[in-house]
Amino acid sequence: MLRHRLERSLKKTARTFVNLLPIIIGMLLLTSLAVVVFPEQISAGLFGGNDALDALIGASVGSVAAGHPLASYLLGGELLKGGVSLIAVTALIVSWVTVGIVQLPAEALMLGLRFAIYRNVIGFFTAIVIAFLCVHTLRLIG
Amino acid sequence: MERERKKKGVGGWLFLVLVLAAYGMTAAIEPEVARQALSFFIKVLRKMLPVLVLVFVLLLAADLLLEPQWIKRNLGRESGIKGWLVAAVGGVLAAGPIYTWYALLRELREKGMRASLAAIFLYSRAVKLPLLPLMIHYFGTAYTLVLCLYLIGFSVVTGVLIRKLEDQEML
Repeated sequence: MLRHRLERSLKKTARTFVNLLPIIIGMLLLTSLAVVVFPEQISAGLFGGNDALDALIGASVGSVAAGHPLASYLLGGELLKGGVSLIAVTALIVSWVTVGIVQLPAEALMLGLRFAIYRNVIGFFTAIVIAFLCVHTLRLIG
Repeated sequence: MERERKKKGVGGWLFLVLVLAAYGMTAAIEPEVARQALSFFIKVLRKMLPVLVLVFVLLLAADLLLEPQWIKRNLGRESGIKGWLVAAVGGVLAAGPIYTWYALLRELREKGMRASLAAIFLYSRAVKLPLLPLMIHYFGTAYTLVLCLYLIGFSVVTGVLIRKLEDQEML
């Protein structure tokens, strides 16, 4: 009974996994291409000094950026050194991990188009809100 | 259901073909860019293999251990605060790229998980426990702590918004 159940579950999981593989491989290939085509230096010249606009730009860059979250810390650290505001950098770091334009086709395929769009739109705007709240909270607590 | 699964499987392969076509075009225009991207891909794929094994094990465990009744009770419409907590903690603990978790979430949703809880899970993944020391190194302890608290808080906000859309049958 248990063996039969395990066999059935293994078959089902293998089928799910095989369906998942082209999406994972495709995502990895797409991410790798994006990382090479859009090097970090491009984003440094985008920011202008206006907090709201910079937060919007930061969230946009983070949304289309792909790659390991560690890359967002490195990029964020470099941008801070280059004089970009913490609000813009925070918006970038947050949207990097909460919004995924590159992953959107995969998310839509697996969890539904509407869910993927709504979740990413919410993620984009909350990244900006969090950026302002985070920086102002830090100012408040000194 | 079976037909829908097959359709989704075809979608994944079609997606891969389109990405490969993009690589083909890039290789034709800029061979060096395509070569660099492929070498980056191989490097990341090697790092991801253990995560893929973990995903397979979790998918199997979810199929074996999580009965639809348990899902409905803990992550379904009647799960309440416990469901939100399970989703948020699960998201914080989940490792690896976001798209590796889509299959598990689809599996759980087919068994009765609420869309709002899937959204909380995906949002709370923004808190990267293994990367916290690095974040502290770059931005300081206070910043890291404040940001993480806001991320967890806003995972709930996202859940509330998705739930409203879910209740209005907009998903």
